[in-house]
Amino acid sequence: MSNESSMRRVTAIRNGTVIDHIPAGGALRVLDLLGLRDGASVPVSLVMNVPSKKLGSKDIIKVEDRELTGDELARLALVAASASVAIIRAYTVAEKREISLGDEVVNVVRCTFSNCITQHPREPLPHRLRVVDRAEVHLRCHYCGRPQDLDALVKNVI
Amino acid sequence: MVGLITMEDLSNEDVIEVLDAAERLLPVARGESYLPLLQGRILGNLFFEPSTRTRMSFETAMKRLGGDVVNLGDVSTSSVVKGETLFDTVQMVDGYTDIIALRHPRQGAARYAQDAARVPVLNGGDGAGHHPTQTMLDLFTIRQAHGRLEGLDVVLAGDLRYGRTVHSLSHALVRFGCRVVLASPELLRMPSEIVEDLRASGGDVTETTDLHASLATADVVYMTRIQKERFADEDEYTKVAGAYKLHARDLADVRSDMIVMHPLPRVDEIHPSVDSTRHAKYFEQAFNGVVTRMALLCRLLGVDVPGGEA
Ligand SMILES: [Zn+2]
Repeated sequence: MSNESSMRRVTAIRNGTVIDHIPAGGALRVLDLLGLRDGASVPVSLVMNVPSKKLGSKDIIKVEDRELTGDELARLALVAASASVAIIRAYTVAEKREISLGDEVVNVVRCTFSNCITQHPREPLPHRLRVVDRAEVHLRCHYCGRPQDLDALVKNVI
Repeated sequence: MVGLITMEDLSNEDVIEVLDAAERLLPVARGESYLPLLQGRILGNLFFEPSTRTRMSFETAMKRLGGDVVNLGDVSTSSVVKGETLFDTVQMVDGYTDIIALRHPRQGAARYAQDAARVPVLNGGDGAGHHPTQTMLDLFTIRQAHGRLEGLDVVLAGDLRYGRTVHSLSHALVRFGCRVVLASPELLRMPSEIVEDLRASGGDVTETTDLHASLATADVVYMTRIQKERFADEDEYTKVAGAYKLHARDLADVRSDMIVMHPLPRVDEIHPSVDSTRHAKYFEQAFNGVVTRMALLCRLLGVDVPGGEA
């Protein structure tokens, strides 16, 4: 299978998470979003621009010794809704996890508008972004209504 | 309870209902009759930035209907400065009052307050966001003069970039099928995303820099103030802003029922010579703020205004 051969571009991991089918060029955003770019304490390997039947070309990330949580999957939906996630235990796929962008993204990222009420660090209500267009990943703040720029948004992870 | 945060909270039918109720309340707003529909109810005025006009208008509206008002004190001396969150302030006032009118420098504050409150919240302006009670009083004034909202030719003039008043008004006008002309200096054009939104929802929208050429076919000319601070230097301001002023002599060839509106306060964009023409409607417009807020207070508090169809 072509999928398997592309997976083998990086050494198989014993335990951890494989994030496959990230749209090409999106891997760095994913690392930002998951906090794996700076100060990651686990080994991370990255393959970019691998040929893919589904996407034309794609990126793959392997994270060793860490299983992504539900919260992290919700974040992933923002930048790579098409990605597939496999949890690896003892070199085999122990679990596949679905990613999907719902109608709202709650307490994942904060609104990027500098004059939004949610910029106050002690305001206790949840950070809520409405998904206006799922395919294009257009989001608007529930409170101030401003459209959100994805590149700015991934720097606003809570 | 559901408040009024943006104009999207009201359908066109809702808008007409509120305007009808406001019309029935005119004698009460003028003090010609007393109708204590809101006796025993308390409005909490939460103004986190000074806006004497809007605050007084809410207060008058409540009192004309026999209701009472409590005010958040001066922001500079109240608990807000001590770092209290909006959430906490709203929790406190929510317990004291039946409805809240909120004005806040941060965008999204009204929706936030509504999420935190049990009672309905009326947005009295949040940052560069929405100001629906202003839009409602503008619509009331237009309908009062023309007998309808549908299909009018409306010119919005002056600072269309920073004026939130014209942003929400333009959306409402397009919803009622008005043709909208946006007359402004290049620097102060309506934000492109708003123009795109208006056109996407089927709006007939034209942009121009020539206010005076647009006057002859207008049913409504809505003037706004151009602030000096928007320009690099005084000369530039004088040169540009001069083209967005109205004098009585500019109105020689306009439609006889054309009205001139302005959210006030004005500086010199409308010459006093216009005041005595039949076109001037800005003082009535300001008064209409009370009567439309009366109708909105009744609606959000679930109180029927007598005289409507059963
Ligand atoms: Zn926001």
